[in-house]
Amino acid sequence: MAPILALENISKRFGAVVVADGIGLALAEGEALGIIGPNGAGKTTLFGIATGTVAPDAGRVIFAGQDITRLPPERCCRLGLARSFQVPQPFSGMTVFENVVVAAAFATGASEASVYEPCADLLDRCGLMAKANQRAGGLTLLDRKRLELARALATKPRVLLLDEVAGGLTEHECAVLVRLIKDVRAGGVSIIWIEHVVHALLAAVDRLLVLHGGKFIADGDPRTVIRSPQVAEIYMGIAADA
Amino acid sequence: MTEWLNVILQGVLIGGLYAMFAAGLSLIFGVMRLVNIAHGDLIVLAAYVALMVTQALGIDPLTSLIFVVPVMAIIGYALQRGLLNYTLGDDLLPPLLVTFGLSIIIQNGLLEWFTADSRKLQAGPIEIQTFQVMHGVWIGLLPLIQFAVAAAVIAGLQMLFYKTALGRAFRATSDDQAVAQLMGLDTRHVFAMAMALSLAVIAVAGVFLAVRTNFDPAIGPARLIFGFEAVIIGGLGNMWGTLVGGIILGVSQAIGAQIDPGWQLLAGHIVFLAILAVRPQGLFPKVWG
Repeated sequence: MAPILALENISKRFGAVVVADGIGLALAEGEALGIIGPNGAGKTTLFGIATGTVAPDAGRVIFAGQDITRLPPERCCRLGLARSFQVPQPFSGMTVFENVVVAAAFATGASEASVYEPCADLLDRCGLMAKANQRAGGLTLLDRKRLELARALATKPRVLLLDEVAGGLTEHECAVLVRLIKDVRAGGVSIIWIEHVVHALLAAVDRLLVLHGGKFIADGDPRTVIRSPQVAEIYMGIAADA
Repeated sequence: MTEWLNVILQGVLIGGLYAMFAAGLSLIFGVMRLVNIAHGDLIVLAAYVALMVTQALGIDPLTSLIFVVPVMAIIGYALQRGLLNYTLGDDLLPPLLVTFGLSIIIQNGLLEWFTADSRKLQAGPIEIQTFQVMHGVWIGLLPLIQFAVAAAVIAGLQMLFYKTALGRAFRATSDDQAVAQLMGLDTRHVFAMAMALSLAVIAVAGVFLAVRTNFDPAIGPARLIFGFEAVIIGGLGNMWGTLVGGIILGVSQAIGAQIDPGWQLLAGHIVFLAILAVRPQGLFPKVWG
């Protein structure tokens, strides 16, 4: 079966720094894929390229058989590609509910009234119901991350790109989010998840890729990859935690 | 005593007009951080559009709003989509320069088309109708309508921001443009809608201005200053604050003029400067961005 999202031969450099050097990646429908790599390896840039906010120097992005390389971000979103940010970026002046309503209404083109109920359900699912009418700017980190997820889910994505969801959270908080992500995946959403907190990642993904120096240097079963000599070499500090 | 009451009342009523000058300016800055130097000239342009409509169709100025408002809104949408969107970015300077250029183009275009002659829109009998609120205190019907319309425009904008999908799109884009795009918002369209709305408000302001006083192609920049002053006195991002800002400016000018006719504008500027010095964030700041 054709992959739902494919990066083909993607290259990107910022000045002298090469963040992607002919990268290829294929995400199968329903798959959950993890990406690890040292800081500055270009993981987040890949998400920017996939969602249309960063233009690659070369290569193509294919989503559900369609070339979306040059599409603006709002079109990518409406096709069903959503992402979360490492540092949550809620619309801080709006309420939690409004944040989700905006995403749901604009990404799907539905009227606001028709998305109220699904949005309420979504907030309930993400554990934010009690805070629905609070200003998003006043949320705790865990709640901001939950909102980040809720808002991405509100756009009804077919592919969800998660950028360091677990960073900065306690063990317990992290477990809450991992449960939520597994639940989302069970609902049929394909996932690519960039993460430094490897044990959180291993709990949820089928396949693990290691990005280093603008290339994937390992790809395969998460537990095999994490024990591979390449990973041990470049990634030891974090692999040791896992 | 009643003389001063009259003066203050007139100041309050003209404050509504200033608030309408200011509302569109505040809206644009709030949504896309664009300072529209051509704002005052667009108000004058709206007055001339109304002049053409009233002459061509033989209708009174207030009825002409049915045409002037959509015409200005369409101009706003096209202006944003075709020109101003390309000036937006991390740098505040390009939109400033481009709208400054636009201001000069509009002024000279109007001068070429309509000459430098002073014009005025005739609203008919309602211009001179007044009624007495108490002994010695009179209110003109037209200033009262103008103030009521201004309050309605402000209330409408406030409701639009907080109760409608378009308003949420404005607030989301104002908050974080990049994230808004990732949520499926076409920010170029959202910006163009904001400019269309701003020019729709300008249309109303322009018509009331043209009914109230004489206008010619050169009076735009002064309206821009009044608009700026009202926004800053009231505090950025707060529409009701903008109305209060307009009223404070109007009352200051009226009191200044009462003391000495030459002090009208000066008094307004002095009060503005005083508020800027004491409370640079304005009286009721609430930036929704």
